[in-house]
Amino acid sequence: MPSQLIWLIFLLPVSSFVIVSFFIRPFVKPESRVAGYITITAISGSLALSLWALAAVMAAPHHQIVVPDISWLVVGDVTIHLGLIMDSLTAVMLVVVTIVSLMVQIYSQGYMHGDPGYHRYYAWMSLFTASMLGVVMADSLLLVFVFWEGVGLCSYLLIGFWFHKPSAANAAKKAFIVTRFGDFGFLAAILLLFAHTRTFDIAELHGLAIAGALAGTTLTWAAIGIFSGAVGKSAQFPLHVWLPDAMEGPTPVSALIHAATMVAAGVFLVARTFPLFAHSVEALTTVAIIGGVTAIFAASMGLVMTDIKRVLAYSTISQLGYMMLGLGVGGVAIGIFHLFNHAFFKALLFLGAGSVNHATGTFDMREMGGLRKFMPWTYATFLIGALSIAGIWPLSGFWSKDEILLHSQTGGPSILFYLAMITVFMTAFYMFRVIFMTFGGEYRGGGSGAHGHPHESSSVMVTPMVVLAVLAVVSGFWNVTGQFGAFMGHGETHSFVHGLFHPFTQTLPWISLILAGLGILLAYAIYSKKWLSAERIGSMFKPLYTLFIRKYWMDELYEGVLVKNALIGGFFAGLQQVDTYGVDGAVNGVANGAIAGGRAIRRAQTGQLQFYGLFIGIGILAIILCVYFFG
Amino acid sequence: MNLQLFIPELCLIACAIVVILLDLVIQRKGLLAIVSIAGLVVSAGFTIAMWGGNSQAIFNNMLAVDNFALFFKLLFLGIAALVILASTDYVSKFTRFQGEYYALILLSTLGMMLMAATTELISLYVALELTSISLYVLVGFLKDPKSSEASLKYLLLGAIASAVLLYGMALIFGFTGKTQLGEIAQVIQTMSLSGILDSPGLILGIVLLVAGFGFKIAAVPFQMWVPDVYEGAPTPVTAYLSVASKAAGFAIILRVFYSAFGLPQWLSLDWGLVFAVLAAIGMTVGNVTALPQTNIKRMLGYSSIAQAGYLMVGLAAVGLSPVTDAVGRSAVLFFLASYALTNLGAFTAIIAISNKVNSDLIEDYSGMGKRAPLLALGLTLCLISLIGMPPAAGFIAKFYIFSGAVQHGLLWLVIIAVLNSVISAYYYLRVVKVMWLGKPVSEEKVPSSGALRLALSVSCLGVLLLGIIPGFVMKLAEAAAKIFGF
Repeated sequence: MPSQLIWLIFLLPVSSFVIVSFFIRPFVKPESRVAGYITITAISGSLALSLWALAAVMAAPHHQIVVPDISWLVVGDVTIHLGLIMDSLTAVMLVVVTIVSLMVQIYSQGYMHGDPGYHRYYAWMSLFTASMLGVVMADSLLLVFVFWEGVGLCSYLLIGFWFHKPSAANAAKKAFIVTRFGDFGFLAAILLLFAHTRTFDIAELHGLAIAGALAGTTLTWAAIGIFSGAVGKSAQFPLHVWLPDAMEGPTPVSALIHAATMVAAGVFLVARTFPLFAHSVEALTTVAIIGGVTAIFAASMGLVMTDIKRVLAYSTISQLGYMMLGLGVGGVAIGIFHLFNHAFFKALLFLGAGSVNHATGTFDMREMGGLRKFMPWTYATFLIGALSIAGIWPLSGFWSKDEILLHSQTGGPSILFYLAMITVFMTAFYMFRVIFMTFGGEYRGGGSGAHGHPHESSSVMVTPMVVLAVLAVVSGFWNVTGQFGAFMGHGETHSFVHGLFHPFTQTLPWISLILAGLGILLAYAIYSKKWLSAERIGSMFKPLYTLFIRKYWMDELYEGVLVKNALIGGFFAGLQQVDTYGVDGAVNGVANGAIAGGRAIRRAQTGQLQFYGLFIGIGILAIILCVYFFG
Repeated sequence: MNLQLFIPELCLIACAIVVILLDLVIQRKGLLAIVSIAGLVVSAGFTIAMWGGNSQAIFNNMLAVDNFALFFKLLFLGIAALVILASTDYVSKFTRFQGEYYALILLSTLGMMLMAATTELISLYVALELTSISLYVLVGFLKDPKSSEASLKYLLLGAIASAVLLYGMALIFGFTGKTQLGEIAQVIQTMSLSGILDSPGLILGIVLLVAGFGFKIAAVPFQMWVPDVYEGAPTPVTAYLSVASKAAGFAIILRVFYSAFGLPQWLSLDWGLVFAVLAAIGMTVGNVTALPQTNIKRMLGYSSIAQAGYLMVGLAAVGLSPVTDAVGRSAVLFFLASYALTNLGAFTAIIAISNKVNSDLIEDYSGMGKRAPLLALGLTLCLISLIGMPPAAGFIAKFYIFSGAVQHGLLWLVIIAVLNSVISAYYYLRVVKVMWLGKPVSEEKVPSSGALRLALSVSCLGVLLLGIIPGFVMKLAEAAAKIFGF
């Protein structure tokens, strides 16, 4: 097949967005499922092409296909191309994004059925997927940024999908604003790189970094700027606050955001520009430290949440921390392999949470319980996801986590290794806390929207979960032979059987398996057998418990102190004052105090004009003084 | 002298007279708009025919006919045509003076065309006053208290600005003894550095010129009139002011500062830095003050102050290296074209909505996506373009101007500009959010006339074309900017 067909991977979801939003939505009743069929068809097409592209890249020399690009803009001596990179990183990401997106779209046929915004939902989902595919494929930082913003915008629209709920609207706003802080760093880094190299092309930048032409503080600052963009998008500490709130969107959207798009974009960006990081020790260490800290920090909050989606949200942040840690200490293959495995089991867990919510009408685990009997499929698939994220052999999470642990032992500050090991224990504990609270014990009646006994979700929702469960079991096998690492550019291959049982000859996997087992056991003791009382433990560690449940007061810090007091109370209020009173009423106010009624207004009117004139005079004077003193 | 080169302007004069006379005799006032547009089209036809030729001078070297002037003339003619198209509904509500309205727009367009062409200080002043006086009247056209107040403010502050400008010109004339821009440049270049520094009159004169022109382009600190005038003026006139008047200001700044003060290098560095600082302040003040606005016209007023700031980033880049500059000048021209289309589109949608809703408050735009999907879609595109997001023209325009500035070592300014773009997204997107996600105030649809729809479609199509295939207009801008060179 000609390589130009690769463009279609991106163009198919774009066209389904156009068709749904401009032709289906205005003319077809919302009850019709046609928008879903169009989107699913388009993304299936993208998936098929992505699989083909993956095969082609694997077969190609140096694992790279060259696709002809289009010259778009000529600015002075700089030409901007519209082009795409087709290497092993892109190929893997394409498959991840399209598989997860396809599963989510199919699942949504059931989950979003009957929602009045059904068409709008599919239009934005198409655009969301397309933007993410754009990020993955773009060959210049400028284009990456364009799609990066597209991803941000779509997530804003989808998190705020049920905009009549104030919490959803606020969550959307929060996500948008918080990630923009990081985006600014990213943009500054792009400009800095452009100022120094006159190019946006990623391959050229790699070449310059490898050749040493791009080095020193410039490179470090550029890399840190890029990383700050990734911190925002991938919800790393301290910009993680938006992700737990982002679950206000429909649950399939959360699945997509948490697994394959949006948050994966940050990790991907660091991987994409990895040569820049690799040549700056400071930047790489920053990535590792932020990743390691985020992993344990988020996991600690996951321990105490009672909302099933919030637990999953913190687990995502924690796992993203692992990925960053993996990139920082081990390189692209290690970080991306975890992203690859995580995508499947995290999408699975979120779809499972949606399925549970569909049955019980709540996300609060205290109102669930005993669902194993009613929802066997959901239970089985959720269990697989939980075992996988906990890192139990031979599920996929085990393989990628094991590598991250292994590399953090040798690379980076040693404290990170211990943090990562503790996180293993925490992860297993909070995931099985979810399992026992949700599926174990007796049914506790569900939420206010629940009716009678919960029942298993329809097959259109269960099927994607089963597919993802299979992937969550097998996706890790790709690197059992070392082939994933080899495909990504380093590592050696060996036989499958050797790879499969090799971990048992080492100490580290044993320790991590024992830690995970202890976590599961503790959750079993507290939440299933009730040998230990959760309340007693909570009160024993009261300060810690409060710290975790209040999320380290970071929301209060940001919203209360920074936004409310400093910005809204101070800066913006001041501006508002200047606008309404300073200008209109500088004189107005004085006059109102002295003289009442119409005379005051009249004086204010004339006074205001004098004020303007005076301002012009002062302005001229200021410029003259500046020119004389500094010119 | 070759009067043929003056035909585009003559067409407009003739057309304005015809419109006023026709107004006296015909009943169907809609015809006036058609005649005006016909006049603009004919004038544009002659202008296009002159494109690409060598630079020529007419009226004793007072006016130049070169690609730079022609580019702007075409821009002004296009803007005027779109504004008239967008005015038809609005104006039909007037009981009297419809002819005068169109005639005044034509005459101020004429003034702007002269502004773009002038190469001499006296004719520059005359052209500027022709433009301004027509605009003072247009701003007060509604004759309600708000509009009259706006007009009076604009007139008085405009008079101050004119006085400042004249004073600056007088100083420059006194210092050099010339009024021709080219001759001024020659005199300055023959002078020694100490000769200039010893008598500060020249620098003072240049600063006063910056202030006088700064008023036109709404540069901070000469922007105070903008929100009041934008809010009070009839909305089509606001649209016209916000784009045409600003473009004319930039045309004249480029011409004067390039032709007269482009060399020596230290002089251009001086004014380049002045524009850099004004740009930084203008963007920040404009964007930050736009944040809490509740009236969309006022919000766009502050936004236009911010956009002037972005444009001045281009001027700063030109000033820093007038000799080697390859991108800065044409970037300013491209930005102006893109901004004109974008802002006209936005205002056209606002006119259509306020025709029906009788409100300019952003909260009344709630649910407009349901009540008037096409208008809301057009407005959304234009707001996205104002933010500078792809695929709209604003993205390319900003990219073009910023990359020029980065290449001339203005990284700090570009970072401020980018930070500002980030801030600006918030208030532009708020309108988008209200329109698409808000609950409609009423279920009633908002109809719009064919003329408005045409104006909006043309603007939006232009915004998209410039955003996706900018090559053609970029080449025009580059050809126009080539006439300046050392």
